[in-house]
Amino acid sequence: MKLYDIADLAVRNLRESIFRNSLTTIGISVGVASLVAMLSLGIGLQQLASRRLQKSGLFDTVVASSRRDLRNFRETREEGPAPAESPALDEAARKKIEELPGVVEAYPDIRFATDLRFEDKPHLTMVAGVPFSAKSNNDAFDGMQGSFFSSEAAAEVILQKSFAEELLGIKPKAGSDDTNIAELAKPLLGKELVMRYAERSAPPAAPSEAGSGELANGAAYSVVSRQQALKIVGVTDLDPDSMRGTARARVFLPLKLAQDLHVMQSGLRDTAPSDQPTYASLSVRVGNPNQVPAVEDAIKKMGFSAFSLVDATRSMRQFFAVLDGFLAIFGSLALAVASIGIVNTLVMAILERRREIGIMKALGASDADVRGLFFAEAGAMGLVGGAVGVSLGWAIGRLINFGTNIYLERQHFPPAQIWSVPLWLVLGAIAFSMIVSLLSGLYPAARAARLDPVQALRYE
Amino acid sequence: MELSDPNALAVRTESVCRHYRMGEASVRAVDGISIDIRAGEFVALLGASGSGKSSLLNLVAGLDRPTSGAVTVHGNNLATLSREQLAKYRLHTVGMVFQSFNLIPSMSLLENVELPLRFAEVDRRERSALAGTALERVGLSARLAHRPMELSGGEQQRASLARALINRPKLLLADEPTGNLDSRTGTEIMELIRSFNQSMGMTVLMVTHEQSLAEKYAGRMLHLADGRLVDDIANDNARKRSSAPDSQGEPQ
Repeated sequence: MKLYDIADLAVRNLRESIFRNSLTTIGISVGVASLVAMLSLGIGLQQLASRRLQKSGLFDTVVASSRRDLRNFRETREEGPAPAESPALDEAARKKIEELPGVVEAYPDIRFATDLRFEDKPHLTMVAGVPFSAKSNNDAFDGMQGSFFSSEAAAEVILQKSFAEELLGIKPKAGSDDTNIAELAKPLLGKELVMRYAERSAPPAAPSEAGSGELANGAAYSVVSRQQALKIVGVTDLDPDSMRGTARARVFLPLKLAQDLHVMQSGLRDTAPSDQPTYASLSVRVGNPNQVPAVEDAIKKMGFSAFSLVDATRSMRQFFAVLDGFLAIFGSLALAVASIGIVNTLVMAILERRREIGIMKALGASDADVRGLFFAEAGAMGLVGGAVGVSLGWAIGRLINFGTNIYLERQHFPPAQIWSVPLWLVLGAIAFSMIVSLLSGLYPAARAARLDPVQALRYE
Repeated sequence: MELSDPNALAVRTESVCRHYRMGEASVRAVDGISIDIRAGEFVALLGASGSGKSSLLNLVAGLDRPTSGAVTVHGNNLATLSREQLAKYRLHTVGMVFQSFNLIPSMSLLENVELPLRFAEVDRRERSALAGTALERVGLSARLAHRPMELSGGEQQRASLARALINRPKLLLADEPTGNLDSRTGTEIMELIRSFNQSMGMTVLMVTHEQSLAEKYAGRMLHLADGRLVDDIANDNARKRSSAPDSQGEPQ
């Protein structure tokens, strides 16, 4: 029989016992729905976690540093030139790194300890430069009070919560983290801080003796004491002890401003004049976390040290693969039960249609025709059940998402998309449903095909 | 329609046996029957119930395999054919008519008659046309869309005859074709079968327990008892009668 005829007869047969076949198909739908709902939640959670981690900057960032920096304990284990021959991590190197494929931006990590005066009281703390791009692609400043820097080099500052408390003279209670940063920010926003810092300036025409450094290659600089007024525009509750690159500081400046100030950075063995700065390290932001290893290798080949946390994402992906696996197994249980329903329905159909099978065989239907017919009926139930099940699963996932968001809102959390039904899940679930149904049809189809026509025709 | 060579052998059975096991006992439904049927013959298989007529018919139809012996139809030894080849044989060489009509109740008459053409992978449009013509030939052109249950027994049997002949088989096997019909309708059906036998040169092997029916239509009567052939009688009356309309030409 032609495929079209098999399909046509199968649909006709399914319609003949519409009630029973609908029940079986609903069984499959419920199985597929539970599978889709489970997996859509698994995938949604994974995407949520990936998005969060990606925004955190932990997994799309490679830290490049010069091997000349003797504090780098990793240098002896790395390939490439010895520390002494390692190239300088200067502006030219930064531009070269920024041109590597996959790299979005490379900016210097600028941080220094300095003295900040607020209402004439000095406070010593660590200050870090923050790239202007962090405004949109980084969640570090999510939930911040006030606003982000108004421009690339604005004379503005964002304070970390604990520094804000220090400025206001509030003693943080040990172990409690319930300080309301909105309350903290109110008296501080718009106020002025004065930063006192040491500037590296270009060497004077005639080398002076005091306060200047003379280096082997002849480059020299002098240190000048300066101060800069800064307006407080924001207060953030970023954890200063977290792993984040910029986070060990408690005061944040626009990176461009920090660079323009030519602040003498502690710990950096600077060998260049201020108009050609070298950097202790660069943060290299990569467009896609998958490209991190390639970028890391390229930076190492250039003679620098490179470091990233990409291994951590690997274990996260592993975790979600296992989670998805478990969810899929639980989801498939219902489908397994439904597949028994298919076997039952088709075996019943064979008993009912015994005579019809006998007639078809007497008229010249081959075993393959009869087998194909039962197979097509199982497949059709799988296809319809799969399609209905995907819609049902989609709706269930949506409902769970909706319920979760109501709960999150009550707990004062931002809403989150914990549910996702990608196209591959839709097609995969329908295909899986059809495969399970066809497998369930194997036995009934074989049984129908082997039916003895003489016996079948005698059957009333 | 070209008639078959009257001397060609349509069916030959050689000491064919079909034994069944019923619990401990062995039932010899067909017990060493040897017959030759020439192409174009109209043969009646007569006997009481349980004499083995239907079992022999099933062996010739390729629905069953002999326990021993051989069944050869138009040169094909059915015992050597695979299941697939037997299905092809039933599709193209044999047409069957049953006592209980055996139309599929969920299908319209047209679809029932089309069914063998589906198995033969005939194109949909061609199939419809052929089935329509076949139903017209048995006088059911007004009933194409009806389901079998909506028709009388005679009409159902005519439809089943149209279905049996749709693939133009060489051999028509009829198992008590008038058994469920009143005598007038039964006669109509028998006349149709005879007309096809004559017009298409189709060999007919009909199982019946009605001696009178056999005498009226069959050119040869085979009597079975207990699975054995007990009598093989040529029926010249029927032969003479059948030659009369033949010379006048065909009803179609």
